[in-house]
Amino acid sequence: MSDLTKLTISAARDALRKGDLTSAELTAACLTEIDAADALNAFVHKTPEIAMEQAKAADARHGADAPSLNGIPLGIKDLFCTKGVASQAGSRILEGFKPEYESTVTTQLFDAGAVMLGKLNMDEFAMGSSNETSTYGDAVNPWKVDDRALTPGGSSGGSASAVAADLCLGATGTDTGGSIRQPAAFTGITGIKPTYGRVSRWGIVAFASSLDQAGPMTKDVRDAAIMLQAMCGHDPKDSTSADLAVPDFEAALTGDIRGKTIGIPKEYHMEGIPAEIEKLWADGTAMLKDAGAKIVDISLPHTKYALPAYYVIAPAEASSNLARYDGVRFGHRAKLDAGDGITEMYEKTRAEGFGHEVQRRVMIGTYVLSAGFYDAYYNRARKVRTLIKQDFENVFAQGVDAILTPATPSAAFGLGDMTDADPVQMYLNDVFTVTVNLAGLPGIAVPAGLDRQGLPLGLQLIGRPWEEADLLNTAYSLERAAGFVAKPAKWW
Amino acid sequence: MSIDTDTARKVAKLARIRVQEDALPALASEFSAILGFIEQLNEVDVEGVEPMTSVTPQRLKRRDDVVTDGDQQAAVLANAPDAREGFFAVPKVVE
Repeated sequence: MSDLTKLTISAARDALRKGDLTSAELTAACLTEIDAADALNAFVHKTPEIAMEQAKAADARHGADAPSLNGIPLGIKDLFCTKGVASQAGSRILEGFKPEYESTVTTQLFDAGAVMLGKLNMDEFAMGSSNETSTYGDAVNPWKVDDRALTPGGSSGGSASAVAADLCLGATGTDTGGSIRQPAAFTGITGIKPTYGRVSRWGIVAFASSLDQAGPMTKDVRDAAIMLQAMCGHDPKDSTSADLAVPDFEAALTGDIRGKTIGIPKEYHMEGIPAEIEKLWADGTAMLKDAGAKIVDISLPHTKYALPAYYVIAPAEASSNLARYDGVRFGHRAKLDAGDGITEMYEKTRAEGFGHEVQRRVMIGTYVLSAGFYDAYYNRARKVRTLIKQDFENVFAQGVDAILTPATPSAAFGLGDMTDADPVQMYLNDVFTVTVNLAGLPGIAVPAGLDRQGLPLGLQLIGRPWEEADLLNTAYSLERAAGFVAKPAKWW
Repeated sequence: MSIDTDTARKVAKLARIRVQEDALPALASEFSAILGFIEQLNEVDVEGVEPMTSVTPQRLKRRDDVVTDGDQQAAVLANAPDAREGFFAVPKVVE
């Protein structure tokens, strides 16, 4: 029975269409796996009743013209508002919050026939790179090499853990600085962040609105194409949603990348990056070359300034977005003492409701936006962001189709390993991914090998704006050449 | 740039987050570390560069100025920590 949950979305879709499998069977198998995997702390709100009801409805729709994800069981990151189902963004301040509405992404997934198994763990308000800032406690990586429990990465740590452990066939993630791609790399799965504006942000709890994008986290590139297709499209409810046609991503997967130009940015050869990651990157470059791509060295001169710019812009936007958590309209309100006024209510509510990392970022954002510092920090960071985007525009203008880089500067590290580190050390996890958010580009992480200890490592491909189809095809070629098939040994 | 405890206290107040007095020195030192990291941006020549307002060049769409939604009082209040008689209830605001 449990082997059913190991299926890819495409294999399950084909079996469901042929009638070899029902969604009710597949969904029940996932629910059994989820109940046996509490040690991973990936699913934090289970929705078995909704899942079985959606599965039965999918089975009733069975047939050749069933929608693209008909009967496919998915996990949903806790950042997505789901009607009547707890949606807490991993925060205590949203304890008890049950949205009265459904996010556009989940609406579209359900319209495509998908089944929701439950809500997935994440860093609080998507702020973190290890899933250790969650109010639900740490999510755990199914990969293990010794006694240590490893991080699945973050912020979409629960999504990564659940997909890698075969608790679901795919999951939604969101990515503000690397929160889909870094956890995908840490758990040996595929994750794509599409072009900014490709997927509606409506109903997704906002962190940094100019950077946030949702995307799929899946077992392979084909599944990413199928699931992304269902998530994309114009939404009048999100003013930054692009009114552009969505191409057929799966049809673009030919694996033929002959004549494509792949750029290798010299600035991504950073000090302190393990030799194994440099080797993986060189191997990946050779694979794309063997597949017929032309490899060129490129320069993205402002790369070094991406993380510092991000740590001005993202906290600034967060301080504004998170102002709404004030104990008035939804979520937690602190118990007040006699004589407390509205300011005390705000201050106590936010001190109790927000965890340490969120408080720190809201305060940094408040500082960089405050009178006297706005120009020196916020405006300067936005100017640097313009330069970072121009770096990419310049290489694309030179004919580069995609850029290959490592996905992360290390393999998954131990939960708790970074507790005493400077916060900046944790931020360095996003060094290869954050440029992509600042420039609004599509980026995909593909598992490409194992390190010496036996932990997965990923490579990242960065594409031209709106050319996810082409990017997915390049990723598909890399996936086929890398032949990554390793799975974590079950210990949970 | 080094942040002192007075500045940390002021920022916490602006952010409407209560921080205990004894936690301020540690917070100030974390701010200093993060701002020290951010100061690298001063190395970049940004003369004549426009600050980014929109990462994808697009005009924000306008919609017709008509009512498209409403009559949702119960839904709006459903998650309130304290709702009474169709309103959000808060502590006294005006003395």
